Amino acid sequence: MSTDETGQGGTRAGAPAGSAGTQGASGRNLIQLITPEGERISHPEFDPWVKDIGDEQLCSLYEDLTAVRRIDVEATALQRQGELGLWPPLLGQEAAQVGSARSLRQDDFIFSSYRENGVAYCRGVDLTDILRVWRGNGSSGWDPYSVNMATPQIIIGAQTLHATGYAMGIQNDGADSVAVTYFGDGATSEGDVNEAMVFAASFQVPLVFFCSNNHWAISEPVRLQSHVQLADRAAGFGIPSLRVDGNDVLAVMAATRLAVDRARHGGGPTFIEAVTYRMGPHTTADDPTRYRDANELEDWAAKDPIDRVKALLDRKGLLTGQFQQHVKDKADAVARELRAGCIAMPEPEPLDVFKNVYSAPNSWLDRQQDHYARYLASFGDPAGATSQEGAR
Amino acid sequence: MTRMTFARAINSGLRKSLENDPKVILMGEDIGVLGGVFRVTDGLQKDFGTHRVVDTPLAESAIIGTAVGLAYRGYRPVVEIQFDGFIYPAFDQIVSQVAKMHYRTQGAVKMPITIRVPFGGGIGSPEHHSESPEAYFTHTSGLRVVTVSNPQDAYTVIQQAILSDDPVLYFEPKRRYHDKGDVDETIDVRTALPMGAARVLTEGTDVTLVAYGPLVRTARDAATAAADEGISIEVIDLRSLAPVDYATVEASVRKTGRLVVTHEAGQSGGLGAEVAASITERCFYHLEAAPVRVTGFDVPYPYSKVEMHHLPSLDRILDGVDRALGRPNSLSGLEG
Ligand SMILES: Cc1ncc(C[n+]2csc(CCOP(=O)(O)OP(=O)(O)O)c2C)c(N)n1
Repeated sequence: MSTDETGQGGTRAGAPAGSAGTQGASGRNLIQLITPEGERISHPEFDPWVKDIGDEQLCSLYEDLTAVRRIDVEATALQRQGELGLWPPLLGQEAAQVGSARSLRQDDFIFSSYRENGVAYCRGVDLTDILRVWRGNGSSGWDPYSVNMATPQIIIGAQTLHATGYAMGIQNDGADSVAVTYFGDGATSEGDVNEAMVFAASFQVPLVFFCSNNHWAISEPVRLQSHVQLADRAAGFGIPSLRVDGNDVLAVMAATRLAVDRARHGGGPTFIEAVTYRMGPHTTADDPTRYRDANELEDWAAKDPIDRVKALLDRKGLLTGQFQQHVKDKADAVARELRAGCIAMPEPEPLDVFKNVYSAPNSWLDRQQDHYARYLASFGDPAGATSQEGAR
Repeated sequence: MTRMTFARAINSGLRKSLENDPKVILMGEDIGVLGGVFRVTDGLQKDFGTHRVVDTPLAESAIIGTAVGLAYRGYRPVVEIQFDGFIYPAFDQIVSQVAKMHYRTQGAVKMPITIRVPFGGGIGSPEHHSESPEAYFTHTSGLRVVTVSNPQDAYTVIQQAILSDDPVLYFEPKRRYHDKGDVDETIDVRTALPMGAARVLTEGTDVTLVAYGPLVRTARDAATAAADEGISIEVIDLRSLAPVDYATVEASVRKTGRLVVTHEAGQSGGLGAEVAASITERCFYHLEAAPVRVTGFDVPYPYSKVEMHHLPSLDRILDGVDRALGRPNSLSGLEG
């Protein structure tokens, strides 16, 4: 059995650049159910959490993982072609996102960061809606209540507090749903995340903190954020934690199901550290060759979250030509729909700038809008008024 | 003279400050190995080491709060807030601690902290990456707030900010980072135009146009375009937003009798309101018309496909000039 030993006895700040390094160790092993070679290994504590995942569900997980990767690759291409302003790739983090998202009920509520587009896909967010913000066509992509997922947060860590408050609401209401919040390793340094943990523990709210430790916060390695394994931090807040192989979709499912179950039954918050890796740049505007070692990338490529499920399916004899064709067709269809939806997005109207600032009329803004409308009208052709260079 | 980009000019100014004073220390997210997301600190960690150029954990309140402690200890921290919209987690440390420490300790403790903030829009970014939060800080006593509009000033003023014993917010117009200009790196920053002074950029007689940061270039272009129509605009680069060099603006308005102020930030409670009110107080009998503001709207910074509607453009500024001059304009026929 090959256990990912990431997190064992690394150096902290001051170690040479170019390697994500690891935090000082408590030596906790990662929860793992599928090895990078695709071997299903048994784990007495966590096997029961996924005992219902048979061949069919495994195939369906593989299908989602593949579709999510395809969305990411297609969106990256769309950005390179000038159709999107920016895109934050999730390449390499598919298992952490799919495994956790598929462990939730539709009435559970998610507060995520900008990178959880695979989670959004699993929630059923319309593909075009996933791209809307990145194309610059709207302030948000979807109505949070339509899929029970808040629109992605850019301010690092802010969403963890929102999730805590939502969970307080669930608790007050006596409901049995849970809140889940996603954030990165860098986010754990922010005050907001620490304050969220204080509140969540104090009130024992039904909440799962899902930390995707992808080893990098833009150029900063995880060892700069924390001297201990991230999962170990939770103990200081009185929150139990799990440290799971984030590239193992089954293990992520098992851990998330345990945490969700605990929250649902009054057990309070759980912190999950999903140890994974950001294979791509931070965003399409980033150049990771400036700060990270190519060898590190290679090491992680060998732990690819999709390859290992594929290998497992192969071992089980499930990787038939017909199934592979089906998965490919699905991914192709998703990519086609994504691209077509992106390009067909209607251009916003100039006066949309003034929409939804307040829920009721506001005299200041009405005046500004009226004046701007008159200004646009003074050109006859509204487009003429919009260039920075000037038209007259 | 060396021709260089705006970003390079700031880099060069930071380098000079690091060389001149061992107490200068740079801190921020991604400023070391990466050289900052805009590469403004490129190469500095390599040359000055990880103790002088510090990649910090991802925590803005901590970045400013620890700078306070370093200043207590005699250091001159220069911190980078990665983007305008990420300054708010540090807001409390800035307005409650950095701004008030000198006053609170009756002058015993100095806070020579420089806070570098790439600000403003026009680069097609997602939300929180294009804001103009300067008014929050100009409203806070104890802070100096400056911004620059050309590479030479970028180079000079960053050094003046670091030399200042007061805390300085140094706003960098990010959409101008790649603009090139001549920079005299041999300039004596102690005798150069002080960072607190405004500068008359182009002289004119019909109307005074006050701009700062990213809009200075737009304002100058507007003046050039207006000249073709026989309108003479005096453009003032405000440079210091707190305190404002009213003497320079006042002298200009006494000459032209008309004032237009432009900024990207929303109008209400913005710096334009402050300048308009102060000039009205000081020059009421010299004004031929009410001061005009051409600003962003009172809306959260809009998504990129419509941001050009929010940002004052050359034409919108000229329309404001027409209003000040009583020429036909988009609001002709309206009461006020
Ligand atoms: C409050 C705040 N500060 C800085 C940033 C700029 N920024 C965007 S993403 C990022 C790194 C985040 O790293 P991590 O939390 O590990 O998440 P990841 O991007 O790796 O998923 C930074 C510094 C921000 N968005 N918000």
